Amino acid sequence: MKNVKIEKKILSENEKISIQNSFCFAQNNILCLNMISSPGSGKTTLLARTINELKNKTRIGVIEGDIQTDIDAQRIKETGAPVIQINTEGACHLSAEQISRGIKLLPIDTLDLIIIENVGNLVCPSAFELGESGKVVVLSVAEGDDKPAKYPSIFAKAKAMIINKIDLIEHVDFDIEKAKKDATILNKDLKIFPLSAKTGQGMDQWNKWILEQISNYQKQE
Amino acid sequence: MHETMIAESIFKQISEEAIKQNAKPVTAKISCGKLNAINEDVLGFAFNAIAKGTICENMKLIVEHKPLQAICKECNNNYVIDFLSIKCPNCQGESMELLPDSPLILEEVELEME
Repeated sequence: MKNVKIEKKILSENEKISIQNSFCFAQNNILCLNMISSPGSGKTTLLARTINELKNKTRIGVIEGDIQTDIDAQRIKETGAPVIQINTEGACHLSAEQISRGIKLLPIDTLDLIIIENVGNLVCPSAFELGESGKVVVLSVAEGDDKPAKYPSIFAKAKAMIINKIDLIEHVDFDIEKAKKDATILNKDLKIFPLSAKTGQGMDQWNKWILEQISNYQKQE
Repeated sequence: MHETMIAESIFKQISEEAIKQNAKPVTAKISCGKLNAINEDVLGFAFNAIAKGTICENMKLIVEHKPLQAICKECNNNYVIDFLSIKCPNCQGESMELLPDSPLILEEVELEME
């Protein structure tokens, strides 16, 4: 018997490609956000609304990750924004390699921001870096205010948290203050945006934050 | 379920090492931080499925969970944090800064020489 020390990062391959992706974003002066949530939180509706409301202010491209179908990509296409669909064929998250292929298919010299809509899943996508500048976690009030406590990993890593579907808040038991408190316990810098992507309530603050992020990123690069 | 892709990466790295050394892997030790959200049973199940019929078949996977640590901003105490309570055990303060979580590492492999 022989013990061999390896001491190598298990996800080093993914990490290597994610660093290449972040170089590519930097070279092209593009901010990249990785949007993560459970299925049905309203990511696509939020994305479509954000694109429409920021149409005259910034140029957004989208990489859509889904296990199957191009339903989400079709919805984004209606906004006129460039969109690439990636089907993971069963995998529960996007990998850096898939993003590097996606980037090549987008008109990157015409964009300020790429938003990656990850596969609907609150656990797995948080373990895979894609080369993004930040993660945005989307939570909807119908899912319950216990999600930050139950899925701490993504809430600890995210830059911003959306509390979506606040137009439904009267009909569900969702304590916004509790969700905020649980999320900020592990992540004091987390920016939180309660909004409704359906009615538009609260969208202004979120849109303003995105524009600030783009301008800070482009100044720095 | 992300354990499947992680199991594949572990399998690839161990197989390469085993072939290089002309040996059969018996056990492998990996370590991971709390934020990697690794379920040991799921990882083991995925690994066994991938390893079936290969040089890694019947290999035992040992997972060492590294705790998540924080520094208390009130008293500078360095302590292990769980997700249920963030209080500093020294001063009961609730203001802390998380230290970087440990990445997933393939630490070592025990090989049976042919």
